[in-house]
Amino acid sequence: MTAYIGKRLLAAIPVILGLSIIVFLVMKLIPGDPAQALLGSYATPDNVERINRALGLDRSWPEQYVIWIGNLLQGDFGRSYILNRPVIDEVLDRFSATLILAGASLLICSVLGILAGIVSAVRQFGWTDRIVTFFVLIGISMPAFFLGLVLILLFAVQWRLLPASGMYAVYGGGDLPDLLRHLILPAGTLAIVATGVVARLTRAAMLEVLRQDFIRTARAKGLSENAVIYRHAFRAALVSIIPVIGIQTGFVLGGAVYIETVFQWPGLGQMLVKAVSTRDLLLVQGGVLVAATLYVLVNLLADVAQAMLDPRLKA
Amino acid sequence: MTDMTLSAPEPRKRRSNWQLLMANRLAAAGLFLFGFIVILAVLAPVLPLPNPDITDQPNRLLPPFADGHLLGTDHLGRDILSRLIWGTQVSLIVGVSATALAAIFGSLIGLVAGYARGATDSVLMRFVDMLMAFPYILLAIAIVAALGPGLLNALYAIAIVNIPFFARNIRGVTVSIRNREFVDAARLSGKSHPAILFTEVLPNVLPVIVITMSTTVGWMILETAGLSFLGLGAQPPTSDLGSMLGQARAQLFTAPHASIIPGIMIFVLVMCINLLGDGIRDVLDPRLRSGALDRPMPITKIDRKTKPAATLEDAPALVVDNLSTGFDDGKAITPAVRDISFRLGKGECLGLIGESGSGKSVTALSLMGLVASPPGVITAGGVYVGGREVLSLREQELIGLRGGRVAYVFQDPLTTLHPLFRVGEQIAEAILVHESVGKSEAHRRAVELMETVGIRDARSRASAYPHELSGGQRQRIGIAMALANDPDIIIADEPTTALDVTVQARILELLQNLRRERGLALLLITHDFGVVAQVCDRVAVMKNGEIVEQGETGAVLRDPQHDYTKRLIACVPELGEGQAFLDRVRPLFVEART
Repeated sequence: MTAYIGKRLLAAIPVILGLSIIVFLVMKLIPGDPAQALLGSYATPDNVERINRALGLDRSWPEQYVIWIGNLLQGDFGRSYILNRPVIDEVLDRFSATLILAGASLLICSVLGILAGIVSAVRQFGWTDRIVTFFVLIGISMPAFFLGLVLILLFAVQWRLLPASGMYAVYGGGDLPDLLRHLILPAGTLAIVATGVVARLTRAAMLEVLRQDFIRTARAKGLSENAVIYRHAFRAALVSIIPVIGIQTGFVLGGAVYIETVFQWPGLGQMLVKAVSTRDLLLVQGGVLVAATLYVLVNLLADVAQAMLDPRLKA
Repeated sequence: MTDMTLSAPEPRKRRSNWQLLMANRLAAAGLFLFGFIVILAVLAPVLPLPNPDITDQPNRLLPPFADGHLLGTDHLGRDILSRLIWGTQVSLIVGVSATALAAIFGSLIGLVAGYARGATDSVLMRFVDMLMAFPYILLAIAIVAALGPGLLNALYAIAIVNIPFFARNIRGVTVSIRNREFVDAARLSGKSHPAILFTEVLPNVLPVIVITMSTTVGWMILETAGLSFLGLGAQPPTSDLGSMLGQARAQLFTAPHASIIPGIMIFVLVMCINLLGDGIRDVLDPRLRSGALDRPMPITKIDRKTKPAATLEDAPALVVDNLSTGFDDGKAITPAVRDISFRLGKGECLGLIGESGSGKSVTALSLMGLVASPPGVITAGGVYVGGREVLSLREQELIGLRGGRVAYVFQDPLTTLHPLFRVGEQIAEAILVHESVGKSEAHRRAVELMETVGIRDARSRASAYPHELSGGQRQRIGIAMALANDPDIIIADEPTTALDVTVQARILELLQNLRRERGLALLLITHDFGVVAQVCDRVAVMKNGEIVEQGETGAVLRDPQHDYTKRLIACVPELGEGQAFLDRVRPLFVEART
């Protein structure tokens, strides 16, 4: 197992390097000359050349990339000129809020999605299946940013049950119950699409497994239907459900951009949107890279979990 | 896989794709709603609508149904209905364009990578993998950050992040098509690679492109609206549904309708596209259409016109009486086996023989209600175990008999053992279902059973997974599992077919010995008269779902009554017979061919 984890970790390194190359290239797409933009009306050819040399922009792209990645590895993501602080500090400050939000959503979508998927498969074409299918359809068609607004109107404005925005109450907040109260609406909204997708795929995976020969063997042994479904079939289906949950991490991290904006959640997504509108490119770069790296690592974790569940994959 | 559905017509009344799509009520509803929205959006310039950009400060934030403004006005006094229809037009154009761009570039990458293979394939697909390693929206946001906010840039960003889906799907199909005969033929006829790619490969890949488009276009409309909502897409004065919602958000508490109306529009638009997309996928993907993914019930459906007697006096271990099983395709029940009757006593072995598709396995599985249902239905007859009719029992009682009094051994132990459980655990589980013993006791007995069936070093092999054992060992595990509760009857469904000949002989010997020692009644299903001659006391010959001949093995072998039996017997070749075998067998099959 250790060898397998080591192998997967090594395989993740080129992926993360590839991510950094793509981010680097995207930033090179920026139309216009950065020195020109920085200097504005002081952009004499002399000044432009001096700035270019100071920023290393006179070197070739591969050289620039190597310097850039070397700095990243030392934790130097550059400096946000709008916030006037190091990018890495701002990103890490925001990161924990996003982790809480994304983690809670992932938990909700895994538990609810898998349960709904199983029930839907077991009661195929029955009423429960139809109701689940209906909600799944609504879930995957619902714009999360709109659903968030509707939920704020209902739960915060109409019924006054839950806070509409932020992570903690301004006065007297700051403890865990306060955090949870603030977390329910954004995490629930963020989970809705992912729940639909997980439920759909769980249903399909269960139906696929229930047709297999070894399920017939389990029945021929005299196992009760519950043991057949929850022990034999679900255990086998889980192997294909785990990577789906890994992929949902990406949707949840991406969806956090909307949800954090709608609910004023002080996370990475909200930071990114602000940074894009102020064109604080280094901040965008840092935020996207950190989130993408997290995504790669979560998928690595999903791979390892999958191998632990299925002894055939370790070979 | 999809090209088959388009090129190979089915013999029977095949409905066109369009009819199939319309038969799916949800997809049809989605199509009509989508069509209605598209028509409204297209007709926006000629509809009697106020100018969507004319502000009217005194009449700002009017509620719906106000005079002259059916859906009210927004924070600048603009007519919401008019803005909604114009915004829908923008959202549709942007979403569809993004889909088209992603489809064109993604398919091109997929076609080239799949057709060229080699280094081109590796480089292209690694690049696609890199794009996929990003959380989707974040990459789009990085692209918009670089290009600057704006509707066109948002469109590019969404198109780029969707390229990988197309590239991957289309590459997969292209790889499977590039080596087909018609592509080889085109190559030999001297066509250039681009010509082959676009005239031979592309038409066959098209259904997959259509499926991928129909399942992603809703998503792309949603995402471009999302970017506009964040202020990164459409910039004033242009507005799409997302930017309408984004601007109205500031008045959420005072005038919720200004936010809710465009939000519902996005939702409805995306939902009907999703319904339509699912419908199109179902039509073009034959696997989903055939109902191959129906969930089998715990017990075969039993639908008999008359119930047989509940008990039978002086019955041997197993009596099957006029059993019939069929398959229900939704309209009619096609019979698979008809009027099957046989008896099997304690310590006796009955061979059930016939060619593939003759109904042997359906017969075997029907006895304990194990035929997958749907589509299986037991339509008539009875099965008596120890004189009691088991198909009339309550579900729980029948399940209790399985693996207890009546146990099964199946054909291919690689697929019939659970791949993720240790073999010892699987045997112990069979014991635990029927007896209340401790886990360690069940495990001890499982190891004992493994020794009984001749597995060396059973204690350590018990913790192996099925894929770690050889075929013969796996089948011994299958037999050990069947023996777990000391059954009266073992039904062995082609237990040696998946094994090589020497292993086959040992497994048969094992079954023979167990039968003698334990007085088991053995129902052995096979297509090989050699096996029957070696093991069975009596034999029943099946053809086209019926038993055509039944008797003592020796008598049937000596003097077969039915032509089919003669042919089956003749099919057992003798060592050193050579060409003479064909000469001997050929005449027997002449009438069979006509």
